[in-house]
Amino acid sequence: MYRIMLREDLVPSIHLFKVEAPAVARKGQAGQFVVVRVDEKGERIPLTIADWDREEGSITIVFMEVGVTTRKLAQLKAGDYIANFAGPLGMPTHIDNFGTVVCVGGGFAVAPIVAIARSMNEAGNRVLSIMGARNKDLLFWEDRLRAVSDELIVTTDDGSYARKGLVTEPLKEILEGDERIDRVIAVGPTVMMKFCAKTTEPFGVKTIVSLNPIMVDGTGMCGCCRVEVGGQTKFTCVEGPDFDGHQVDWDLLFNRQRIYLEEEKKSLERWEQMSHG
Amino acid sequence: MAKLDLNRVSMPKQEPLVRAKNFNEVALGYSDEQALAEANRCIQCPKRSCVDGCPVGVDIPDFILAVREGNMPEAVRVLKAKNSLPGICGRVCPQESQCEATCVIAKKGAPIAIGRLERYVADWELSHGQMQKPELAKPTGKRVAVVGSGPAGLTAAADLARLGHEVTIFEALHTAGGVLMYGIPEFRLPKRVVQTEVDFVRSLGVDVQLDSVVGKTMTVDEIVEDGYDAVFLGTGAGLPMFLNVPGENLNGIYSANEFLTRTNLMKAYLFPEYDTPMKIGRRVAVVGGGNVAMDSARCALRLGAEEVYIIYRRSEAELPARREEVENAQEEGIIFKYLTNPKRFIGNDQGWVVGAECYKMELGEPDDSGRRRPIVIEGSEFDIDVDVVVSALGTTPNPLIPTTTEGLEVTRRGTVVADEGTGKTVKDAVWAGGDVVTGSATVISAMGAGKRAAASIDEYLRSK
Repeated sequence: MYRIMLREDLVPSIHLFKVEAPAVARKGQAGQFVVVRVDEKGERIPLTIADWDREEGSITIVFMEVGVTTRKLAQLKAGDYIANFAGPLGMPTHIDNFGTVVCVGGGFAVAPIVAIARSMNEAGNRVLSIMGARNKDLLFWEDRLRAVSDELIVTTDDGSYARKGLVTEPLKEILEGDERIDRVIAVGPTVMMKFCAKTTEPFGVKTIVSLNPIMVDGTGMCGCCRVEVGGQTKFTCVEGPDFDGHQVDWDLLFNRQRIYLEEEKKSLERWEQMSHG
Repeated sequence: MAKLDLNRVSMPKQEPLVRAKNFNEVALGYSDEQALAEANRCIQCPKRSCVDGCPVGVDIPDFILAVREGNMPEAVRVLKAKNSLPGICGRVCPQESQCEATCVIAKKGAPIAIGRLERYVADWELSHGQMQKPELAKPTGKRVAVVGSGPAGLTAAADLARLGHEVTIFEALHTAGGVLMYGIPEFRLPKRVVQTEVDFVRSLGVDVQLDSVVGKTMTVDEIVEDGYDAVFLGTGAGLPMFLNVPGENLNGIYSANEFLTRTNLMKAYLFPEYDTPMKIGRRVAVVGGGNVAMDSARCALRLGAEEVYIIYRRSEAELPARREEVENAQEEGIIFKYLTNPKRFIGNDQGWVVGAECYKMELGEPDDSGRRRPIVIEGSEFDIDVDVVVSALGTTPNPLIPTTTEGLEVTRRGTVVADEGTGKTVKDAVWAGGDVVTGSATVISAMGAGKRAAASIDEYLRSK
């Protein structure tokens, strides 16, 4: 059992937990994830590591309420326990002094992009960051991302805060500009990562995306998370989650993320009836 | 002396058409009368050749004698002196090719049903509450780390604890038991039985650390640095193989590992009470002919599929699954399509599998495995309509440990090289056994390897 040391509601539907998990905290790095099971009847789901504190022995996760598991998680408060918390899994994001790096974070993935931008910054890169959300009520950690970036551009789809539009627009402008860009890292909803990769492709700038397929064990055992990258089948949980965005078969990923749509709906309806009925 | 009955007492089972709709155990176990009658068939021969056929060397005639004499606590004691997991072995060991194959009565008629008697004894203990705890040796002050809590790890841990060593098991998943929990279905091995035997191993003082993915959470070298005097790797063969044919990543195509893990470990058959979902499928094709294929097919049927096919590239005679499991599957209505092999999978515009295009095969000369090699008949392609496919082609060891541990020798197949007799690897203070060394094999062979490694580790620790 893993104790929740701290809970913060970043926005009404996006929550932060700091979880006591010393073994995971000893090793965790930017880009890796944990597999969480909330309770005895729970599903195993992967959540990206947003931060870690090796001395305190804690791991920070940020999640958005989407399905039953994240709804169940959202009911927990500081002092409560999570049944299982295994990690750090997957390969860390490749951090090096590349030169100038653009870090793009969308939705609740702004949390992991802060850790990546910070690591890139510490490695000596010039870090240009872009963060986007549907509207201003879903924005958080602008200050944190600004603190680890040389420049920050904020977008909202509806223009309710900062620049109106999608993250791909400022990304394209940066690439068209005079500054040489050595690498782009995009973390967020699949559709955002796909269009970031499509945006950078004509410019030939290496673009790393953090894929988020469905997983079960997270250790290479089941193959549920298989994706195709450069025509090869890869297990995201052990070979990823970071891959070259220009090589990813996005349509396959979209299809495989939809396998359980019907069941997820059914499960959520049942859960809502039980928790309100 | 009464004349020897050449037929064994048959095992009561759920009726095929009833059991095909539920996840309850298929084989119901002997009653007291049936067990006594079967135990009475044992002639207590002086050769005790059955013991030679047991990979963990259970004193089989002695526990059978205790059953015959109605001394059940003694039967339990004898059995568990050599085997810490009798309820599991009594259900899933291939006794027909081990102890029962070497039973002297096998020359004349049906050998003693040793496996069924073993299960009877284990179930007796389970239903009579109090578990007997064997005497433990004086603490040695030595610490051993066991990686993996499947049959190899549990056996090594239990034996080492009995010998007085302090043992910690590191398990990657959220439940101990390895393949006994995620792989073998409830209807063949109830999870209650597995957890009781895991609890028995814990009762010997073994500490089980869950959620510990060795190779990620910590490395083998870090475990040694942490003050463990020896390490046993019993990490199994957890990496699924696929056919590598077009269309294999379509929605609805599972590895057997995923299909069984969702069904058994995550209890998807109880969805939505349990949160993990599963695609049921109307027509399910399971590719492969081993025990895992039979388990997958029978799970698919129980989940509610209308038709379930086993697609196997050789003929019935070459099926690697246990005969008993093939018969169970056939009785339940699984359809066997022999000499058939998928060429590619066909998808719809939503990315879901809707069919398998297959070749007809014929058998050629025997290959390295001694079985006749399947050969494609060119131009024989035909389609089978399916909406779920399970790829049960076998597994290889997970590379997480080999790739993060300095100094282990690994074969091209990904297995860890270890001495057959002792399980010692080329790396100092590290042993390995079970499927991680042999590639996918049986529960009992993994237990045998765990046992031999425990003896070797004990010898090493005592001389240190």
